[in-house]
Amino acid sequence: MFVLLTAVAYSVWLERKVSARIQNRWGPTRVGPFGLLQPLADGVKFIFKEDLTQPHVYKPLYIAAPIIAVVFAITSISVIPFGNWVNIGPWGTYLQITDLNIGLLVVLGITSMGVYGVALAGWSSNSKYALLGGLRASAQMISYEVSLGLSLVGVMITAGSLSLREIVDAQGGVFWGFIPRWNIFHGQTIAFFIYLISAYAETNRTPFDLPEAESELVAGYHTEYSAMKFAMFFMAEYANMVTVACLATLLFLGGWHGPIFGPPILQALMPVVWFCLKVFFFMFLYVWVRWTLPRFRYDQLMAFGWKFLLPLAIANIVVTALIVAWRA
Amino acid sequence: MLHLILFLFFGAICVAGAINLLVQSHPINSALSLIAVMAALAAEYLLLGAEFVAAVQVIVYAGAIMVLFLITIMLLNAGAEERTKGSRVAILLGIPGVLIGGVLVAWTLLNRSNTQSVPIGALKGDPKDIARLLFHDFLLPFEVTSVLILIAIMGAVVLASRPKAIAGGLRKDG
Amino acid sequence: MVPLSYYLLLSGILFVCGVLGFLIKRNIITIFMSIELMLNGVNLSFVAFAAHWHALSGQVFVFFVMVVAAAEAAVGLAIIIAVYRTRETLNVDQVNLLKL
Repeated sequence: MFVLLTAVAYSVWLERKVSARIQNRWGPTRVGPFGLLQPLADGVKFIFKEDLTQPHVYKPLYIAAPIIAVVFAITSISVIPFGNWVNIGPWGTYLQITDLNIGLLVVLGITSMGVYGVALAGWSSNSKYALLGGLRASAQMISYEVSLGLSLVGVMITAGSLSLREIVDAQGGVFWGFIPRWNIFHGQTIAFFIYLISAYAETNRTPFDLPEAESELVAGYHTEYSAMKFAMFFMAEYANMVTVACLATLLFLGGWHGPIFGPPILQALMPVVWFCLKVFFFMFLYVWVRWTLPRFRYDQLMAFGWKFLLPLAIANIVVTALIVAWRA
Repeated sequence: MLHLILFLFFGAICVAGAINLLVQSHPINSALSLIAVMAALAAEYLLLGAEFVAAVQVIVYAGAIMVLFLITIMLLNAGAEERTKGSRVAILLGIPGVLIGGVLVAWTLLNRSNTQSVPIGALKGDPKDIARLLFHDFLLPFEVTSVLILIAIMGAVVLASRPKAIAGGLRKDG
Repeated sequence: MVPLSYYLLLSGILFVCGVLGFLIKRNIITIFMSIELMLNGVNLSFVAFAAHWHALSGQVFVFFVMVVAAAEAAVGLAIIIAVYRTRETLNVDQVNLLKL
């Protein structure tokens, strides 16, 4: 959990730096070298900021909604494996909290429950901007959950299991001599793009961030929140992003597989390094897409999800199933 | 022993959520207590070893169907219920009648059924085994339910769209 | 070790609460939620019996119940929205005339 929270804090730093460079400016540079202590400064600011609670909100849900959002966002990291078996002195362990044999479904389930944080935030704020933003956001999230899940079914079919560790293990080795047997090269390219687009829409980011767009609905479902509660929504969003990036590397980019070299102590750590590099690549991609592409209109967004991504995902499942059945 | 404690804990959440659904007057409180019931039921399924069913319960029931209910409540801005004559009559007649029936059922269950124990994680519902059953023995019901879902989708789209949209054909709701 | 009858009792309590909700509530959305509660109670007894008789078909049947519940929820909510548009009320006692 500490790893995740640190990753969240520094992904905020990454976003601000990369977005600034894309927009031809510097970004945070004053606090620490390269602005590396900026997240710390932000955290301190959020803690000290006045925590206003408007009188017209519905108190129980108002306080519960950001907690729900953060709890579910952080829980999903518990089934993500960081690396293979390591032997630290006399102990050996998988680099994972628990290895459930329905790990992928658990992540999907937690993502489904994360919708409640948004919906209840919009409802409890008792303001029209927040309610509309919350409704739109939750409708968008449940629409793209469908294509998200279906794009993952293709991966499940090729790997033959729902356990995240087994899916990564099925991606070891190379074919044709040098192309690694990652799912993105080995048949699930379309599923990769469907997953990426659905994940962007699911985490309410980049071209699909109409529910929280600053110029559209004031601030969407977290209009009425300030200081620590707003920070919790912020954290939940970035934690969701990190989870999505981790899932994308595990399912499509081969997890921790990569060339391993060097002395034994380095060899034990190399898988984790590769995993972190790939996750970093996905976070960079997230930020890059956000500051490059314009925003979808809401009806375009829903039409895209239901009329294009869903049939494509189903077609992907059918083709994958046919190929796997033909091979067997 | 731990099994009994966990069962009673999640069972208490289920019963409390169900009673809260009856007692609350605002539908959104009832919806939230129903979500709590479903989450506790998913834990109960895990205790019985049905891990796939528990995951699907969270994804489908608590994560999608209840979100639909929540969205509808928020969209229609449902307010708290008032006590009218009809509701008083229903409460007066309904509660005793159903409680008598419930006590009868409970007494039958506790007396006549064999109280054989179900160990923790009794029947491991592996996705592979469930899939084998679903696609071999239960293939026809599976296909029929997919047709049912298609009919439900079409019905929901037609029923919820504005009347002009059906005649116009192009403009959709929202 | 939990006796089977405990699971059935819990399932029965959920079902009874669902029936009670169906009868005494006046808001149509709450009535729908009581139906979902009934279906959940039935699901629990399916899974409990599947564990008792070691028959996996009990768990498979839970899927069909869930699918039917989902389809019914979708169509039912669409009907509720349509009724709300014409009658402007969610109280079932006031939707008692065939013509407005």
